[in-house]
Amino acid sequence: MNLFDAFKDPELCRNLLDLLKKEVTEDLRFMEVCGTHTVAIFQSGLRSLLPENIVHLTGPGCPVCVTHESEVAAYLEAAERDGVIIATFGDLMRVPGPKGRTLKDAQAEGARVEVVYSPFDAVALAAKNPDDKVVFLGIGFETTAPTVAATVKIARDEGLQNFSVMSFHKLVPPALEVLLADAGTNIDAFILPGHVSAIIGKAPYEFIAEKYQVPAVITGFEPMDILQALILIGRMRKEGKPAVANEYGRVVADAGNPKALDVMYQVFSPADALWRGIGKIPGSGLVFSEEFQAFDAFKILGLELKESPPLPGCRCGDVLKGKLQPNECPLFAKACTPASPVGPCMVSTEGGCAAYYKYRLDL
Amino acid sequence: MEITAINDAVADVEIGGVKRQVRLDIIDEQPAVGDFVIVHAGFALRRLDREDALETIKLFQEGLNLELI
Repeated sequence: MNLFDAFKDPELCRNLLDLLKKEVTEDLRFMEVCGTHTVAIFQSGLRSLLPENIVHLTGPGCPVCVTHESEVAAYLEAAERDGVIIATFGDLMRVPGPKGRTLKDAQAEGARVEVVYSPFDAVALAAKNPDDKVVFLGIGFETTAPTVAATVKIARDEGLQNFSVMSFHKLVPPALEVLLADAGTNIDAFILPGHVSAIIGKAPYEFIAEKYQVPAVITGFEPMDILQALILIGRMRKEGKPAVANEYGRVVADAGNPKALDVMYQVFSPADALWRGIGKIPGSGLVFSEEFQAFDAFKILGLELKESPPLPGCRCGDVLKGKLQPNECPLFAKACTPASPVGPCMVSTEGGCAAYYKYRLDL
Repeated sequence: MEITAINDAVADVEIGGVKRQVRLDIIDEQPAVGDFVIVHAGFALRRLDREDALETIKLFQEGLNLELI
C-alpha cells in the first residue's frame, strides 16, 4: 500500500467525520481557495457527507477562473499577430473573452497556438522556431509563478531572443483580504491552498486571524487532511482563539520555499491586477522586474490591457466570492454546461461550477 | 512522484509506471534518488516529508488526539 493511501482510509475518515459533527455544532461557512481542493472535496464525496450546518464555498482558487476578460482579450490580440506562436497550458484554450471568443476559436481561424505541459516546454518550442516569437501565457498563483520565473532565467542563460511571457500571475493573500473586507461574503473560516503555501509559507496569511479574527488552516488534498482542518477550525472557534495553522507539514514548511520565492521576485515584482468578477486588487499581480523587461511580451508586442465588458448573465464573480452557489446561477446547467460554457467557472475542470455540474449534487 | 535518477538540474521521476522528467531549479532542498517530490508544471516544488506523514497517520490512529497548533 502507498504510504499516502492512509490519508483516505474510509474508517479513519468516518471517525473524523463523527468528531467533526461533535466539534462543529454552530453554522460554519468555510471557503477553500484552490482548484485542487474544490475537486478533492467533490470527488471524495466529502461535500455530500458534510452536515447541513457546514457550508463549503469555493473561492477564487482556480487560475483560469480568475483570469480577467481584458487579459483574455489581450492574449487573443497577441495570437493574431504575424509571427507569434502562443504557448499555453491547455485549460486556457476554452476560456471565453469578449463576445465569448476563445483561444480555440482563434486557433481555428489560423492563429498558431501550442499547448504545453510545462513553461519549460515553451523554451524548447522557441529554440525550435527561431524565426517566430514564442509567447507563453503566464497564468497561475504562487505555485506556478516560480516555475515561469525559473523558465525565464533559463531562457536568458541560453541567450534565447524569441521567448517572452504575458504575465497574468496572481497572488492569493491580497485576494483573501478583499474577500474578508467585503461584509457581504460571510466567510467564517478558510482552508488555505496546500501548494501555494508550499511556496509562500504561513506568514503571509497571519493577517486573516490577527486583523479579521477568522481561523485559517493550511492543509492537503486527501479527505483526512480536509476533515482534520475543519476540526481544527471548529476547535479554534469554540475556544474563541482564531489562528493560522499549518496541518500540511509533510509538504509545507512554515517558512515556505525561500528559493522559489527568491527566483519569483528576481524576475517579477508585485503590481495591481484584475480578477474576473472581483475587479482590481492592489498588489495582487506580478509584472516583470527591471532586470527582465526583455521578456515582457506586453512590451515586445506593444499590447496593453483594455476595458472589457463582463460576460452577460455570467455570475462567476459571485460564485468566486462565495455569495452564490453554482446551482443558484440562472444559467447553471441550462445555458451554461461544461460542453458549452458561458463563463470560466464552468470551463476549467477546477472551476466551482464545473465541479458542481460533474458531481451532479442538485440533480 | 518518486525520483529515479538525477542529472544536474533535471530529475527522472516516476509515478504508477508513468515516467517524466522534472526540473530542480526551484526546489529548496536538493532531493536524492528515492525521495518523493511534489511536482507542478514540470518543476519539483518540495520534497515530501515521510516522517511527518507517518506521524500524522499515527496521531489519527491513536484516537484522534488533535491538539491545536
